[in-house]
Amino acid sequence: MSPADIIGILEERFGPAVTGKKLDTIDPWVVVDPGRLVEICTLLRDDSRLRFELLNCISGVDYLETDPKKAPKAGFEPHMEVVYHLSSFTHRHRFVLKLILPRWKDGIEGQLPELPSVSGVWATADWHERETYDLCGVMFTRHPDLRRILLAEDWEGYPLRKDYEYPLEYHGIRGR
Amino acid sequence: MGMMEGRWEEGFVTTTLEHAINWARQGSMWPMTFGLACCAIEMMATGAGRYDIDRFGAGAFRATPRQADLMIVAGTVNFKMADRVRRLYNQMPEPKFVIAMGACTCGGGPYYKYGYNVVKGVDLVVPVDVYVPGCPPRPEALLEGLMRIQDKVRAMKELTKGRPLNLPIPKRTGSVMLPDELVDPAKALEFQTQNKEKAKPAKA
Repeated sequence: MSPADIIGILEERFGPAVTGKKLDTIDPWVVVDPGRLVEICTLLRDDSRLRFELLNCISGVDYLETDPKKAPKAGFEPHMEVVYHLSSFTHRHRFVLKLILPRWKDGIEGQLPELPSVSGVWATADWHERETYDLCGVMFTRHPDLRRILLAEDWEGYPLRKDYEYPLEYHGIRGR
Repeated sequence: MGMMEGRWEEGFVTTTLEHAINWARQGSMWPMTFGLACCAIEMMATGAGRYDIDRFGAGAFRATPRQADLMIVAGTVNFKMADRVRRLYNQMPEPKFVIAMGACTCGGGPYYKYGYNVVKGVDLVVPVDVYVPGCPPRPEALLEGLMRIQDKVRAMKELTKGRPLNLPIPKRTGSVMLPDELVDPAKALEFQTQNKEKAKPAKA
């Protein structure tokens, strides 16, 4: 099934929840509303025409130009994106979902942006979401066990955010 | 030795107790199984048949720090691991020796600038006796490092008797600014000027 058909199915079923799309790329993608993510993912997995059994990866992307001179030309407003790459063994097709989130919830620095966990749909998502939380600072609500997965438990900050400040000291060990 | 010469049967040797202990100790440096990253592969190659670290008596890789004399820190040490490295080091019996193997353990290596979670040299965590540079070092280089450790053991003059070997943790590795210098521009400038002074060639 072609990406255009997949997007057609989603638009027919969810209508306004599909807020954006791009077809003329190697991996065509749609932007969906975080509020209906779990429903959309369940459909993508269970619909007999789609059958996305495999969640390849969850990625967090921080769109922020830290250089104030380059910021006006960057071509985007500061935001976070979470990208889901899906595959189907049955139909041998692939698809990409994107979610656009604010960098901080309600614009308050330190309040992590939230989106629902899909670990109930694909069990793989459990650790992928923990990694995205760990490195990019995205809060997955209703995740069974949202802890840091790579960094130490008492680590401060989210290293793959563009405005991350490198630690000067950790447990008495000099950082740089 | 004159009065002892020829008094005993052939093949009987006299030596000092210190020398005998050092000889035995340098010929049985038991390293700890301690591979953290890609350097561990090279450490394994050193242990295997082609290079055979056993020829130098250091082939008995122990799976516990309590039976080991030598810690070969082979690979990138990150902050999460650093606590464990220090703990393992503290569990080793005296006298204990540390080889920092590879660029990462010597001073951060390729992670020096952007490695947010990498310790910039394992000498910030435990005292290091021998640095083996390379990325990763060849097995020959590691054997060379082991031989330098053996030199160090042979030169041990005191029977330490449980006293800790007085090896200080270096405060500074190369030309790295300390946290207070990073924060204070005046101190940072002073450090940089001093560093430039040091880098100048010595006048004849």
